[in-house]
Amino acid sequence: MSAVLGADAHHHHGPAKGFKRWLFTTNHKDIGTMYLWFSFAMFLIGGTMALVIRAELFEPGMQIVHPEFFNQMTTMHGLIMVFGAVMPAFVGLANWLIPMMVGAPDMALPRMNNWSFWILPFAFAMLLSTLLMEGGGPNFGWTFYAPLSTTYAPASVNYFIFAVHMMGISSIMGAINVIATILNMRAPGMTLMKMPLFVWTWLITAFLLIAVMPVLAGAVTMMLMDINFGTSFFKAEGGGDPVLFQHVFWFFGHPEVYIMILPAFGVASQIIPTFSRKPLFGYPSMVYATASIAILSFVVWAHHMFTVGIPLAGELFFMYATMLIAVPTGVKVFNWVSTMFRGSLTFETPMLFAVAFVILFTIGGFSGLMLAIAPADFQYHDTYFVVAHFHYVLVPGAIFSIFAATYYWLPKWCGNMYDETLGKVHFWMSFIGLNMTFFPMHFVGLAGMPRRIPDYALQFADFNQISSVGAFVFGTTQLLFLFIVIKCIRGGKKATAQVWEGADGLEWTLPSPAPYHSFSEPPTVK
Amino acid sequence: MMSRRRAIAVASPVPFVSASASAAWELNMTPGVTEVSQSVYSLHMTIFWICVIIGIVVFGVMFWSIFNHRKSKGAKPAQFHESTTVEIIWTVIPFLILIGMAIPATGTLVKMYDASEADMDIKITGYQWKWRYEYLNQDVNFFSNLATSQDQIYNRDDKGEHYLLEVDEPLVLPINQKIRFLVTSADVIHSWWVPSLAVKRDAIPGYVREAWTVIKEPGIYRGQCAELCGKDHGFMPVVVKAVPQEEYQEWLLAKQELARQEYELKNKQWTMEELVARGEKSYASNCAVCHQANGAGLPPTFPALAGSGIVKGPVEKHAEVVLHGVSGTAMQAFGAQLSEVDIAAIVTYERNAWGNKMGDMITPQQVAELKNK
Repeated sequence: MSAVLGADAHHHHGPAKGFKRWLFTTNHKDIGTMYLWFSFAMFLIGGTMALVIRAELFEPGMQIVHPEFFNQMTTMHGLIMVFGAVMPAFVGLANWLIPMMVGAPDMALPRMNNWSFWILPFAFAMLLSTLLMEGGGPNFGWTFYAPLSTTYAPASVNYFIFAVHMMGISSIMGAINVIATILNMRAPGMTLMKMPLFVWTWLITAFLLIAVMPVLAGAVTMMLMDINFGTSFFKAEGGGDPVLFQHVFWFFGHPEVYIMILPAFGVASQIIPTFSRKPLFGYPSMVYATASIAILSFVVWAHHMFTVGIPLAGELFFMYATMLIAVPTGVKVFNWVSTMFRGSLTFETPMLFAVAFVILFTIGGFSGLMLAIAPADFQYHDTYFVVAHFHYVLVPGAIFSIFAATYYWLPKWCGNMYDETLGKVHFWMSFIGLNMTFFPMHFVGLAGMPRRIPDYALQFADFNQISSVGAFVFGTTQLLFLFIVIKCIRGGKKATAQVWEGADGLEWTLPSPAPYHSFSEPPTVK
Repeated sequence: MMSRRRAIAVASPVPFVSASASAAWELNMTPGVTEVSQSVYSLHMTIFWICVIIGIVVFGVMFWSIFNHRKSKGAKPAQFHESTTVEIIWTVIPFLILIGMAIPATGTLVKMYDASEADMDIKITGYQWKWRYEYLNQDVNFFSNLATSQDQIYNRDDKGEHYLLEVDEPLVLPINQKIRFLVTSADVIHSWWVPSLAVKRDAIPGYVREAWTVIKEPGIYRGQCAELCGKDHGFMPVVVKAVPQEEYQEWLLAKQELARQEYELKNKQWTMEELVARGEKSYASNCAVCHQANGAGLPPTFPALAGSGIVKGPVEKHAEVVLHGVSGTAMQAFGAQLSEVDIAAIVTYERNAWGNKMGDMITPQQVAELKNK
């Protein structure tokens, strides 16, 4: 950051000084930076909660926390990682990269951009403050099924509801900004089918956000009404239906899953060609596959609810639709592998994370395919098998792609190369820690361990112990990441404009570090 | 009572934990003991091997590239980046594999949904945090609570073999009979799950959902609540004891006789000592998870009863709180769950335990009057 400041201090439109720079900024790079730092802070907080969970589960019996607090930890861990760590990190990447990739000077709606970021710290301060309230914070799981989250919720649930509303407003504004920028501010000659895949995946993600965040807002508003104003949307005793909540929630929740993974697809599709020194295989099919996944994501929500007792016809429909998602997802994986095939590969840290992303995300995809088989899901549902599945798609999926993106573009952002050796150590420690944590969860899940339990039967002890050790390896390794990033910002080998030998795209035509305003004159794309 | 049940468990024809069985149990899904659970298991293994084969092919190509197409080995990049033919091939082949998978899955699912022509019906109700089993039209109904002691959970005592997977009273079922489960809940959503039967059905308040099973082998089958249902979600196991038909009939008759005796107790003249003694036991299995064995509660959600205003106030008011619960709080209405005798016993016990020393009591007859008011 100081490097950015130094290079631009004498620039005509340079940033304001001190605190006001960050509070009032309308600059896409400053806002992107704030999003990324914020999401990293949330990643550490949410990660600490995960470590509380893993410490309690290190052995059978209750040791360090009570079940009530354990439930608050599982709930807050999920909420913070989804809404505080992964989503803002991708918005931060979008802010930094989309204007540079499409040849624009800034985002289309800079003031709204400022507001959509500054809502977040307040939303999460409110959410986290519930942990200190009488009765404790949200303890009903990140999926907050009614009536556990309404009639039986702690009093702090109202704060949770308002925090979710604020996050939703922030996300919708961020999405509008992304769409406005991509559709209106592309450089001459950059047709839609010439856009980098990161831009494409974000365009589709933004439409998903606009479509489903209001649904989430509707769900929490109905909760608010049930809790405070005597309605009975989800109360059976008043004529409502608790299962309605699940339908509404997952109509938001399943596209939400893709909101967290589509930009990751985009990141991998930028990085793998660079380090294979070969163009991305099947660019058009990548675009169509992303769009197909997004559209299918609206018609598969009830696969999260196979055990609630929806009618047979519904069960079959949702099973078939879910299995169908494997087709476009498979196309993407095959394309990445074909991009690597007969390339000229090198394995700098971004590539290591990107390759691990493809492998481990595919493993998560396999378990996803298994979960789609409705009869088998009666055994998998709500067990650690599901926990293993979604952590395999979210940690090496979303989080690894965010790491990969940071290493890949950090030299462009701050003008210095990061420490390659430390980056590799970070990768291998993360890779080992993550597999140690989440792979054994497949076993305990299949063996019958339900998720979200603070204590477990003796036959699950060994694998849980391995998981807990892995979690601490993975967790502490992230402090190394913090160190590497700070070290890189403060100095290091100067980066060239192109940074990577095989890099291709408009952002690499700008000097490193990138100037405060990206393209004052639109570049021409052939 | 408890020790006798343990003895039955040990002597049952299928000892639940043997060395080889427990090893298989730890890594993979159980094939279970019903036709449905076995077809689920075979679906699971089929899709697993399909994934393994696809994985070998995809990762094989990838690792081939990683090892052979490295820049350090002098690899020159090819420039191909498109082929409609391969794109079509790798869209169509997965699609065909999926169809191949969907056919047996559909068959099993249709079978799982056919709960018709059952030989008997069991109504299962989830409560925070226990299960209630009602044998419909048989006049048998009871609660099934976790039997593991708080001492084991809080590491003051050694953990037993079936730690957290043992209950005071298992669901007893006959083998080779089609049993239909009618699953519902009294409070939040629970999920009744026994892996060996491949039955997992959400218990939803206000709605009744069906599931069914035919158990092929006698034995003890253990499971847990699978849907987060609050504080003690991890502490409400399911235990099914499957027995031959004759043994089941004997058990049923004994249970019915016991129910008649319980009913008679309502009209008995109880002394305070008798009520306190019975109350201590009922309190331990019904109240202690929240209000704690020492009456100290877990404030603020679960208030203390030692020195509580309600417990030390008028006895009718106290009994009404237990009967009807307190709306908007975690306090349930126990009037529908417990007998008049147990409610009288619990109230009397609470008024005379932990230094409350009220010295008064309430009779089952008085509780019945309050209940009908």
